[in-house]
Amino acid sequence: MATRSTPVRKAWRSLAWLLAVVVILGALLGAGKLFWGWGLKPQLALDLQGGTEIILTPQLAKGQTVTQDQLNQAVSIIRERVDAAGVSESEISTQGANNIVVSIPGTPDEATLARIQASAKLDFRPVICASNTQTPSAACTPTSASASPSPSASLSDTPAVKPKNASDEAWVTPVLLQKYSTFDCTTLSTVDTNIAPADKPLVTCEDNNSAVYILGPVEVAGTTISDASAGTVTSSQGVTTGEWVVNIVFNSKGTPEFSKVTTRLVALAPPRNQFAVVLDGKVISAPVTQAAITNGKPQISGSFTQPTATTLADQLKFGALPIGFKVESRNTIAATLGASQLQNGLIAGGIGLLLVVLYSLFQYRLLGFVTITSLIVAAVLTYEVIDVLSWQNGYRLSLAGVAGLIVAIGFTADSFIVYFERIRDELRDGRALPGAVEAGWKRALRTIFAAKTVNLLSAVVLFIIAVGNVKGFALTLGVTTVIDVLIVILFTHPVMQLIATTRFFSSGHPLSGLDPTALGAIYRGRAQFRISADARRAGASREAEHRQTIAERKAAELAAGSSAGVKASRAQAAAKAAAVDGSAAPGVETPTEAPVVETAAGASKAAPSKPAGTRTQPKRSSRSSRSTGRKS
Amino acid sequence: MASFSQFGNDLYTGKRSVDFVGKRAIWFAIAILLVVAALAVPLIKGGGNIGEGFKFGIEFRGGSQFQITGANSLNTTTGQDAVLSVVPNAVVDITTVGKDGVQVQTNQLTNDETIKVTAALAKNYGVQITGVTSSFIGATWGGDITRQAVIGLIVFLILAALFMAIYFRTWKMSVAAIISLAHDLIITAGVYALTGFEVTPATVIGFLTILGYSLYDTVVVFDKIRENTAELTDESPRTFGEAVNLAVNQTLVRSINTGIVAALPVAAILFIGSFILGADTLRDISLALLTGTLIGTYSTPFVASPLYATFRQTEAGIKKRDKRVLQLRAKSFAA
Repeated sequence: MATRSTPVRKAWRSLAWLLAVVVILGALLGAGKLFWGWGLKPQLALDLQGGTEIILTPQLAKGQTVTQDQLNQAVSIIRERVDAAGVSESEISTQGANNIVVSIPGTPDEATLARIQASAKLDFRPVICASNTQTPSAACTPTSASASPSPSASLSDTPAVKPKNASDEAWVTPVLLQKYSTFDCTTLSTVDTNIAPADKPLVTCEDNNSAVYILGPVEVAGTTISDASAGTVTSSQGVTTGEWVVNIVFNSKGTPEFSKVTTRLVALAPPRNQFAVVLDGKVISAPVTQAAITNGKPQISGSFTQPTATTLADQLKFGALPIGFKVESRNTIAATLGASQLQNGLIAGGIGLLLVVLYSLFQYRLLGFVTITSLIVAAVLTYEVIDVLSWQNGYRLSLAGVAGLIVAIGFTADSFIVYFERIRDELRDGRALPGAVEAGWKRALRTIFAAKTVNLLSAVVLFIIAVGNVKGFALTLGVTTVIDVLIVILFTHPVMQLIATTRFFSSGHPLSGLDPTALGAIYRGRAQFRISADARRAGASREAEHRQTIAERKAAELAAGSSAGVKASRAQAAAKAAAVDGSAAPGVETPTEAPVVETAAGASKAAPSKPAGTRTQPKRSSRSSRSTGRKS
Repeated sequence: MASFSQFGNDLYTGKRSVDFVGKRAIWFAIAILLVVAALAVPLIKGGGNIGEGFKFGIEFRGGSQFQITGANSLNTTTGQDAVLSVVPNAVVDITTVGKDGVQVQTNQLTNDETIKVTAALAKNYGVQITGVTSSFIGATWGGDITRQAVIGLIVFLILAALFMAIYFRTWKMSVAAIISLAHDLIITAGVYALTGFEVTPATVIGFLTILGYSLYDTVVVFDKIRENTAELTDESPRTFGEAVNLAVNQTLVRSINTGIVAALPVAAILFIGSFILGADTLRDISLALLTGTLIGTYSTPFVASPLYATFRQTEAGIKKRDKRVLQLRAKSFAA
């Protein structure tokens, strides 16, 4: 039995490898749970846990394209906005070449949604009051009545006098003043208070919360900026001073507007000589007007560094977002619906699995248990991999992903079916089980590799090219395909190698699913078996050809119109068994009185009754004779 | 059981065999008939326009959709009233989903309207506002997904065809496999038109899986054909077509087993999705998958394999060999 110890040792080694993979992944998950805050369940996508998904698509002019840089910039700006709204666990990502997907768990309030969907607005508003002014004007000084934090209904919200221009202090109503005096800059990031119509004044803060402002109505819209860039100041001698500034270029609409504003502002007293650059309701810069700018090319100077100047220039140039976005789709999934979908998916998967188990047992008897345990090991491994992918790479399991997993049950089971059928083919050819397992494996593996390559190819291509749900689906399909191949190599085959050495299976117990008699095995005898093994080395296809001779004979026999009954066919089959090199022409009656194999008779009839005349037998291995003996 | 394994044995030994290659004229006629029918159904349903023959989901049409789970009634007028109270001229389409779900589809509403309709629906069906799922979908959204999927499909087909051509060392197998795949996809699409199931992005995913499955199944069988035909030697007594036919018959039991095992979980999804509870994505995927796996399994022996034999039989070398085999056979009969 020294020859058989090699497959057995190999089998145990393979199983050890598999165990190592499972344990390592398990340990990784355990470590993740302990140290990195991982969960033991994969993270779920919105369609399973509930939440809101907003898909933004850029509004492009014909022929205009979006660069990846612009998209990434937009993503980071939107992320800031969502985070500012205090929403945790939100996810902002790009989808395909154009779209941005914002996923927010739970049901976000309308303010948050408005904040995300609002195309960022950049405006120029004149400053009326500023909290960081040395000597605030009377209009900006809160009276004792308006200083009280609780809003009073008696306060007027409409200007008493019609304001002459956007800088007029007449805009400052008692309500506005109260809001100004009690304004808490930190609320800017959590509440959507900073939105005011373009023709109304606005109370807001400097970006870093250093000052509170009352701003007049919008005078110049950000859309009139045609270009903005960061640069250093060049002195009249052409030498750079090293001071960073932001240069703005207005278009033909903005130039006269800006000229008008600066002409008015430059004559006013601080803080009303400042104009505020308002982005998404927040002041990102409030420079002092030092001259009337009539050429539409103002320069903003101050304590800029290169990054801050560049940021401001970008913000001015792009508005908030490099490109305008519109909401392509908005999907709010109730958490209850998500949960029930997951539940239904799991129920469907469970039923599917059960049916596969029943069918396997029905088809393969106890061998079906090899399928079932293989599927269980595959399930464990898949769960681990999905979990690691989820917590390590941010993969979220969606309903489409669940569907991919359920479908994978069928694909995975097929590997085993291909393998088992090959083993059965080998058994039909009269091999003993251990030999059949090895020979069937070689042929099955080739087929499995070829077929799984096609599967993997589809998964990889879809993953790279497709978007959204399709991507998640492709990932589960790819993962399960790889695991499937891994399982069949490291689990199913080793287990087959091991059970091939057990008496129950190798003796071909009727319940084993590998009963040579039921499979119609043709016993060839020892000597022929060896020749056949040599022939195999000459080429698998040649071997396949030998094995087909029975079929071909049958066909030839039919074609010849031979009335030969079971007996003749039996004799032919036996003749074939004897003449292994298969050189005999088809249909030609072989004159040799070949030994007749009783199992061949069993094959053609599958009935226990057996003519006694067919019992002339060559010497055969003890195992085989045992099994056939019991059968008859 | 015994009879099934007996059936397998008979197929293996050739005692019983289905003449896939020899009677290919019949199988091809059936395939062409099915494909023509699959094309005709949406054409007739759509009144001359194939696109009209399919019921496209809201993701393709654009619009607003609300879904209520745990509703206290399944009365559709309740929902209709709720929507019309907010948007008097809305086009409303209400369906029940499972045992306590209601799905309301309307033309595209504004953000404000969406919020108000959500509240109205929640009130009328007696659920929390958070229990109402609302979607607002631009008409291009489903199209975007589909466009990317179609690009993926083309890239995959090219790569898969290349892979098969290299692996099997003949491009004729690639062509046969791809034609049979097209047959599968067209018929599955026809089933959608016939049943009136909605075509959603999930359906598109289902279609992409069929592609994988159909080719997968074909590769498994073609590998056996390759094995049987790779070295058809001069003394081999079978014609090329017979060798192909035997290979298909020998893998028939595998094909049946695999087809059933692949179809069982999918059928479970379809059943759960359609009849027990409303899991939309699952249902949309599973009809495509169920049809696809069944058709995909069927088409390998009945379309792909005889097609391959047809392609190869015209080759001079194979023609010559087949002729000699037939002559030899005739001679042996005479003897």
